[in-house]
Amino acid sequence: MAGEKEIRTKIRSVKNMQKITKAMEMVAASKIRKAQDQMEASRPYAQRIRRVIGHLAHANPDYKHPFLVEREVKRVGFIVISTDRGLCGGLNTNLFKRVITEVGEWREKGVEVEYALVGAKAVQFFRRLGGKVVGTATHLGDRPSVNELIGSIKIMLDAYSEGEIDRLYLVNNKFVNTMSQQPVVTTLLPVSQIDLGEEALQDHWDYIYEPDAGELLDDVLMRYIESQVYRGAVENFASEMAAKMVAMKSATDNAGEIIDDLQLAYNKARQAAITQEISEIVGGAAAVSG
Amino acid sequence: MATIHVDIVSAEGEIHSGDASMVYAPARMGEVGIAPRHAPLLTTLKPGEVRVEDTEGKEHFYYITGGILEIQPHAVTVLADTALRGEQLDEAAALKAQQEAEAALEGASEETDLKKAQLELAEAQARYRAAQRLKGKKS
Repeated sequence: MAGEKEIRTKIRSVKNMQKITKAMEMVAASKIRKAQDQMEASRPYAQRIRRVIGHLAHANPDYKHPFLVEREVKRVGFIVISTDRGLCGGLNTNLFKRVITEVGEWREKGVEVEYALVGAKAVQFFRRLGGKVVGTATHLGDRPSVNELIGSIKIMLDAYSEGEIDRLYLVNNKFVNTMSQQPVVTTLLPVSQIDLGEEALQDHWDYIYEPDAGELLDDVLMRYIESQVYRGAVENFASEMAAKMVAMKSATDNAGEIIDDLQLAYNKARQAAITQEISEIVGGAAAVSG
Repeated sequence: MATIHVDIVSAEGEIHSGDASMVYAPARMGEVGIAPRHAPLLTTLKPGEVRVEDTEGKEHFYYITGGILEIQPHAVTVLADTALRGEQLDEAAALKAQQEAEAALEGASEETDLKKAQLELAEAQARYRAAQRLKGKKS
């Protein structure tokens, strides 16, 4: 059995670790709230832009924007949003597993895959395991901004316009609630799945377009995709914080258990030492008086 | 007095919402002044100032870096960009993302090693699950 002093040192160091995990837990908890607000704040923009696209697509049925046309799939693009930092349980592992499953399915059909990565963890993962990565964006911090995502998105959109990829997917963690996050795959392109606004169909009026509907559609669709990726990034951040909070809470609990065990060992060691001392004294006294 | 509802939103949040008697915006074809019951119009915006005259005659100024302007007879929506845009700027951002990718993945293979990835992920998950089970047993 380890000596009293060593156990005491160990207890102290575990206590320090516990303080850190506890602090991280609380920081994560406070950030969830903010991330959720951010998610909420991005909703009106997405709603409005969707309505506008509905109008635009409806306005000139003859003009088919390439973003709206389904075509034969030869190559697909994935925008993978991961976290920048670890210590968030199985969050990234689950996400990558989902990506690998999807990629495996495409590969079986003979379809090539390329990636745009958001978050340092995804970059690490694909660096180790290979993959055609056309763009990355890392270190988005606590408030991901559209600005930092534009580059990677543009590469993918250009690739789509030029026919290099025929489909674009977004993979990120969906924030279900604090206890549960789920990796989800969303189709970004083609935008055929978009609900082209029932209200648009019922209305008889139409906009005046400046310059013309085709060019506007270009701009609007690009922003629409960007807003979706942005939302994915924010949602992923909220998921990261939730997963981190849970992971750090269990780390704090585990540290507590370890401290309890060590405390017990410490008490036993101390008692053993005292008992030994007493028996030595008693033995000594008996020898003298005897 | 007739009023028109104004919403200025960006992807990152709501910027302004309220009734106004007049709105001015830097549209692509020149500045437009929008009064209530304006004809429905859809256009893009140049970087500049959006001016909202609210019902009390107070003026609000918002600088926007561009975006989309949607007008309906009773509502104006400005979908503001959060970043300065332009073909060249976007191009530069794309280039930067590409270069970062090249730098970060230098030497990595072009093909994802699916078998290895599956193995690695399965192992990580198993480890994670084992750790959780261990915890459940103890307490």
